[in-house]
Amino acid sequence: MTVSRSWLKFALIWVVGVLALAFIPALALVAGLPFVNRLEPVVLGLPFLLFWILAWVVATPGFLAAAYLLADPTPGRSESGAAR
Amino acid sequence: MTTSLVVILVFILASAVVGVIGRGRGEMNLERWTVGGRRFGVLLVWLLMAGEIYTTFTFLGASGWAYSRGAPAFYILAYGTIGYIISFFLLPPVWRMAKRLGLHTQPDFFLARYASPTLASLVAVVGVVSIVPYLQLQLAGLGMIVEIASGGAVSSTFAIVLAFVLTCVFVYTSGLKGIAWVAIVKDISMVVAIVVIGIGLPSMYFGSVGGMLAELVRRHPTHLTFPGGTTTMDVGWVVSTILLTGMGFYCWPHSFAATFSARDDRTIRRNAVIMPLYQLPILLVFFVGFTALLVLPGLKQPDTALLTLVARSYPGWFAGFVGGAGAVTAMVPASMLLLVASTLVAKNIYRPLRRGEVGDAELMRASRAFMLVIAVVALVLALWSPNELVKLLIFGYDGIAQFFPGIALGVFVRRTTARPVIMGLVAGEAVVVSLIWSGHDPFLGLNAGFVGLAVNAAIALGAMAITGSPAAPEGGNEF
Repeated sequence: MTVSRSWLKFALIWVVGVLALAFIPALALVAGLPFVNRLEPVVLGLPFLLFWILAWVVATPGFLAAAYLLADPTPGRSESGAAR
Repeated sequence: MTTSLVVILVFILASAVVGVIGRGRGEMNLERWTVGGRRFGVLLVWLLMAGEIYTTFTFLGASGWAYSRGAPAFYILAYGTIGYIISFFLLPPVWRMAKRLGLHTQPDFFLARYASPTLASLVAVVGVVSIVPYLQLQLAGLGMIVEIASGGAVSSTFAIVLAFVLTCVFVYTSGLKGIAWVAIVKDISMVVAIVVIGIGLPSMYFGSVGGMLAELVRRHPTHLTFPGGTTTMDVGWVVSTILLTGMGFYCWPHSFAATFSARDDRTIRRNAVIMPLYQLPILLVFFVGFTALLVLPGLKQPDTALLTLVARSYPGWFAGFVGGAGAVTAMVPASMLLLVASTLVAKNIYRPLRRGEVGDAELMRASRAFMLVIAVVALVLALWSPNELVKLLIFGYDGIAQFFPGIALGVFVRRTTARPVIMGLVAGEAVVVSLIWSGHDPFLGLNAGFVGLAVNAAIALGAMAITGSPAAPEGGNEF
């Protein structure tokens, strides 16, 4: 019983971790927008609002790749498993 | 302008040839025709998924929105990313179920999960009603692209008929595999065209992209923050639209079914990881729209901004290249829509109505026959009543996004049954239709589709809470 309970705890931490990683960019692109609706500062020639959206779109593959590795660390395996 | 004419025609013909050859060898059956035998790896799945993002709307709509509305157009850059994040969790279980039970269409999924023919038919009907105007829009856009890019040398009607007949030929013969091959031609040429004009046009007129943006902010100080050039599309509209279209992204029957072609569930998840990068060319399309606003102010049809500027700024052969790329960008989504709509009608509307046994071979013949029927309907609508369906089209995204609660609850909440999902779906569609047709979109500053989705989810969850915990139907054990 102790073994299965600690395994459950591990699984829970792991699912929460994967979800958190993937939802950081989603939060930035949705809930973040009311706070960045302005032109200044101009970054890389882009007004701040456009820069913010662009930066999070570019960063998302990094977050999702981390979630992918966390959810599915064994190479060469197919079907079943992974986060849900 | 004959150079551009020749380039465009060669482009369209070559794409169709690639599509027919892409069929490969062996006998064609429903499994190969609709889901490519479920053997596609990361590259082909990527190309098919990209069919949804890069449609004629990318060329015409995104630049037109940037031209006329400004910052609200930025939602187009953001919503796909939300869609991919959701798909990272949602699609692998859907794929596993599709693989195990041999599903071909979106209503197949609803039927297998909820064991409710009523729900499956409802999903099939809403799907087809949303697809036909979307298909018609691709054709109308194709005509506009070719006509402007060729400087009027090719008439819109001729371009639509030629490109669409060829599209029908390769969908008929090759199915999904042929579409994937044409998608390769489309994606390469389209990205090249967008990168060249997205950086080239601002540089040509203002020295650099930064120079163009600085000039835009100087002349139109409010264009690049919400609500931009509009009065109704403020932050609330943008946030609710990103949420709605992000959740609706994979609810389109063709996008949903395209995932079935993947070789395994890891392919789908890897795709979700890399796809956001493919949104970046949209930024360059915005730059073209902004440049057009400064160089060609006061256009009556903002959707023509990109092509008018291209035709004015580049030699004929390059305008022809952009026009050809634009034409293929319409052909690929059109072919996906055609394939999926015909399978939907044959398998989920025609077969249940027949009641008797309908074998796979007959289903394949029926799908091809319905494909020709739907093609003729879309062609007639595109040529003779281009404006009649505008309201249906606005309804498109808002309508299919209402599938989201049924898909997400079906995948993640085992005890979900058909009735709450049906109640939510019907209520959501009713809210969307009444808000749009009574002219209340945006509603209280929010996207009407989002309002419908909120009502939909609230009713589905409320009904689930009231009905308690009935025994899960057989399909509920699939996850």
